[in-house]
Amino acid sequence: MQKMPQWADVVLIPLISLLLAALLSALVILAIGENPWSALKLMVDGSMGSTYAWGYTLYYATNFIFTGLAVAIAIHARLFNIGGEGQAMLGGLGVALIALYIPWPHWSIALLGGAVGAALFGAAWALIPAWLQAKRGSHIVITTIMFNFIAAALLNYLLIGALKPSGSMEPATGRFPEATHLPTFQDMFSTAETALFRGAPVNVSFFVALLACVAVWALIWRTRLGYEIRAFGQSESAAKYAGISPTRIIVVTMLISGGLAGMMAINNVMGEAERLVLNAVEGAGFIGIAVALMGRSHPFGVLLAALLFGFLYQGGAELALWTSIPRELIVVIQALVILFTGALDNMVRMPLEAMFLRLRPAPKPARKTEPAE
Amino acid sequence: MDFLTLLQVLDTTIRLATPLLLACLAGLFSERAGIFDIGLEGKMLASAFLTAAVAAVTGSVLIGTLAGIGAALMLSGIHGLASITFRGNQLISGVAINFLAAGITVVIAQSWFGQGGRTPQLSGNARFESIDLPFVSEIRDIPVLGPIYAELISGHTLLVYVGLLMVPLTWWVLFRTRFGLRLRAVGENPAAVDTAGISVVGLRFAAVAICGLLTGLAGAYLSTGLQAGFVKDMTAGRGYIALAALIFAKWRPWYALGACLLFGFLQAIALRPDVIEGTLGFEVGVQLLDALPYILTVVILAGFVGRAIPPRAGGEPYVKER
Amino acid sequence: MTDHTPAIELKGISKAFGPVQANKDISIRVMPGTIHGIIGENGAGKSTLMSILYGFYKADAGEIFINGRLTQIPDSQAAIRAGIGMVFQHFKLVQNFTVLENVVLGAEEGAMLRPSLAKARRQLKQLAAEYELNIDPDARIEDIGVGMQQRVEILKALYRQADILILDEPTGVLTPAEADHLFRILKGLRDQGKTIILITHKLREIMEITDTVSVMRRGEMTATVQTAETSPPELAELMVGRKVLLQVEKAPATPGKTILEVENLRVIDSKGVERLRGIGIEIRAGEILGLAGVAGNGQSELLEVLGGYRKAKGKVRLNGEEIDLTGSKSDARTRRARGIAHVPEDRHHEGLILDFTAWENVAFGYHDKPEFNKGVFMDNAAIKADAAAKMERFDVRPPNPNLAAKNFSGGNQQKIVVAREIERNPDLLLIGQPTRGVDIGAIEFIHEQIVALRDMGKAVLLVSVELDEILSLSDRIAVMFDGQIMGERLPSETDERELGLLMAGITDTDKPHSEAEIEANLAKKRASAAKEA
Repeated sequence: MQKMPQWADVVLIPLISLLLAALLSALVILAIGENPWSALKLMVDGSMGSTYAWGYTLYYATNFIFTGLAVAIAIHARLFNIGGEGQAMLGGLGVALIALYIPWPHWSIALLGGAVGAALFGAAWALIPAWLQAKRGSHIVITTIMFNFIAAALLNYLLIGALKPSGSMEPATGRFPEATHLPTFQDMFSTAETALFRGAPVNVSFFVALLACVAVWALIWRTRLGYEIRAFGQSESAAKYAGISPTRIIVVTMLISGGLAGMMAINNVMGEAERLVLNAVEGAGFIGIAVALMGRSHPFGVLLAALLFGFLYQGGAELALWTSIPRELIVVIQALVILFTGALDNMVRMPLEAMFLRLRPAPKPARKTEPAE
Repeated sequence: MDFLTLLQVLDTTIRLATPLLLACLAGLFSERAGIFDIGLEGKMLASAFLTAAVAAVTGSVLIGTLAGIGAALMLSGIHGLASITFRGNQLISGVAINFLAAGITVVIAQSWFGQGGRTPQLSGNARFESIDLPFVSEIRDIPVLGPIYAELISGHTLLVYVGLLMVPLTWWVLFRTRFGLRLRAVGENPAAVDTAGISVVGLRFAAVAICGLLTGLAGAYLSTGLQAGFVKDMTAGRGYIALAALIFAKWRPWYALGACLLFGFLQAIALRPDVIEGTLGFEVGVQLLDALPYILTVVILAGFVGRAIPPRAGGEPYVKER
Repeated sequence: MTDHTPAIELKGISKAFGPVQANKDISIRVMPGTIHGIIGENGAGKSTLMSILYGFYKADAGEIFINGRLTQIPDSQAAIRAGIGMVFQHFKLVQNFTVLENVVLGAEEGAMLRPSLAKARRQLKQLAAEYELNIDPDARIEDIGVGMQQRVEILKALYRQADILILDEPTGVLTPAEADHLFRILKGLRDQGKTIILITHKLREIMEITDTVSVMRRGEMTATVQTAETSPPELAELMVGRKVLLQVEKAPATPGKTILEVENLRVIDSKGVERLRGIGIEIRAGEILGLAGVAGNGQSELLEVLGGYRKAKGKVRLNGEEIDLTGSKSDARTRRARGIAHVPEDRHHEGLILDFTAWENVAFGYHDKPEFNKGVFMDNAAIKADAAAKMERFDVRPPNPNLAAKNFSGGNQQKIVVAREIERNPDLLLIGQPTRGVDIGAIEFIHEQIVALRDMGKAVLLVSVELDEILSLSDRIAVMFDGQIMGERLPSETDERELGLLMAGITDTDKPHSEAEIEANLAKKRASAAKEA
């Protein structure tokens, strides 16, 4: 029995959740003595007011698309991957090794190599939690959290040790060679007369992220593997009955998830920093959770939610710059979005369902429902 | 390693184990009632901040602690609302609470104190002072036992002793009282509790509230006992380590004490690379020591050190069924 | 039965779940000191009505009178206070608590546990003596059998001083002997003046034990009659609303070559308990082998092994070729490729993905077949066409492949599963509880399909806990008890009594057996099983 139309489920509920989160955030801003309305104007201006601002917004969004897709595909298999942060860190390591130690003739091939390296390292970091979940029943939520901490320690160790150029005081690798530098939007879209996206870090990885959205969509709804992932996510016992191996699905899904999280590194490490620094991920792995929940685990939803968080992130940076509101406000908003779209989903949903039930005409014909796509 | 160094390391172990222990017992109450809580971290952090902030303003650590407990209870309330009332996903709710605490503590700290997300340094009555147990000066000079009593057992702050006393108290409540019987039942089979005419919602909220109280104490200890003030993200994963200890302890109070002491010991020796080098004869990277509790947790979770069966109804919201 | 005030009187009870009217204007009087049966098909609204009486649901309209007094029952606590006790179909016991702890839970005396437990221990002893309810108060629930667990539930109610006892389908998990024992307990309780409401869909039980019977159909109470003045065919007609054939029409079997051979099959579960202890069966082409037994005696494990999702030791041959039982080829996918189709016992947790559409479910398990795929992508158009065709042939209603499986009724869900498996034209069909939770119309249809498959020369392994179904469909009957085959019989040469003895683990069925003997045998088997665990 369908309680409300699909569009309400897909559009209305996330929107209401978002409004609630925004409302509470506004209260927080009020409480610390700032004006929410001017804060919002500042954020909009700072994140969408110029191609420069857009350049930052889209740069952040690129990160969040990758980490959001990573969380989303795991959710389809009913796996909650909180390890995106660590997997993205390892992705950065993969990119750094590939950029530093392999001589690349051209950025396009380097991008391909970097993407493969990032994905492999991210996937490898997801492999152990996946295997432990599949074979030993260790809860993947806890193990992936632990692997975030272990990843941080590992990168710390490498960046003040083996990967640091001799003579440098900074915990970071050396700069990547020229041939691996990815074209930014400034390089791609500026003309001789007008410079667009000047100095903004958004780069060609954004298009890779869009491709990843399409690929994940096709994977989930058009391939056998996707069918099996969804079936497993809905019912493990039924999956076994149908001959779908739980071990295989858990491991493969987590490899894809970790790979997607890792691929974020082609944006932040290869595209922006052009070297690997400590804490390069800056919490983007965690924001992926909010993005996936907000986007209802659908690649298109993830894209929209990632853009929203790109806006919040860049807007928040502007706020921190011009007002006394610290950047951590974004973490609060992120938490509220996770809370409302994830944990308190029913709080928003139940009154809405009751409302739609009341609006419905009394005798109910067998209504056509579209397949879940 | 000489005797005195050993005592020092063990003394540090007890101090570092205390927040883990309080948080672990907090998780024990919640999870025994069927509510998974990965938000221990956030509740500790919120309490650490508000305790330090209020203690800094009022100059009283007790008022601060009460405020800290209040903060943790509020987050517990949100967790209860999400996972009990609205039958939401308990893991997601926990994650949200951790982020909420991580963000809001810094935002408010910046707004109140303007010191980059920290509270002022606490001193005097704004901190928990160490307590000398009776007869310390008389016993101190007895060989072996004297130093153990004086250095190791005596001289901790109030909350350390509260934490240790919580272990037998938790055991007693769980296994010797009506409330404990019902609490364990609701984590195993809420339908049995419901059909017996007891409120599942009420019991679970009670458990979540106790969890808030204990994480509140854990956070208060962090910022006013272990350290002298709040700094950003000062829980540093302790909530997750407490969860790991809870699993390691198979959801039992006495085992929890053992698990927390072990993790506390690991953290204690990580602070003393010189001792490790002196004992083992080679240098161990400080990053490895940092990562060791997490690695150990994964090994434990992998079930290579005994299998743990969680409460049967854990993580599942209760929906009435015929 | 001299008192003329009903123990329970319901007046005009109605309850709707969304658009579904589960109870419609129901009125009923239950006299004190009687056993009152309520009979009806699955989904007739019996359990909803009792849940309202026990405070689980709130009725939309209507009144409840207990002993003549208008009573509000907003929650279970109120029901208990009104003297109502309920034994649910699925027991509400805490598995790792002792019997004593379960009895005490919710009825403790004061905040400390020890005095309560001591008092309950004394009371249990008394109750056990009074009502033949012997049980070890310190046994853990997970270590005792279902019959015992049911007694714990009854004790729970009596400990709370219930005068009115409601039992919801109490015999579903019991052997006939255990059921007889339960009925003796119930009669004893009635003779002590307790009022008992027995909810069931089994006509035999109604005739055997009740004083009065009420019939429910589609949420309405259609009749209340004295049991002595009615007959099974009349009740069946009242339940269904039309005359029903209680027998399946089928020609005698003409078995051909051997399709399935199972030898010395053994399964040890994750707790180390041996679930199958050397099973040997054989099924031939054109034959239905019915596997009778009380739920939980290894039938499910046997289906899982043959279906390819449980590992086992022993030998299984299909069409003379050995089947891999432990290795990489022991999965369900390979089994399907070899020609084994499987309608599982539990369609909600195995046979269907409830949130998937009907068309996605029609490909379930066969989604890797070439006709459903185009390269790396699935051919959704082909699957939809196939699903629409199958749903039409099996008269699935509504015939809409885009509807999610959860939106179909139980009978139509089962038809989707049966269509998917039978239409693959398998050599061997495994079918478990084919008509559980299915309405009578669909039952007849599904039975016809099973017989038709047999007549095409296929082998069928039918597992059912309903003896009627086993007796009317099978060409040969094997009885399982405690992981072993107790014996095989021909339907024409056996009866419920003999099968019942076999189901209780007694093989020399020619001799007369006393109930005490059967009890002792069951107890012995359980004790040995518990020890091994």
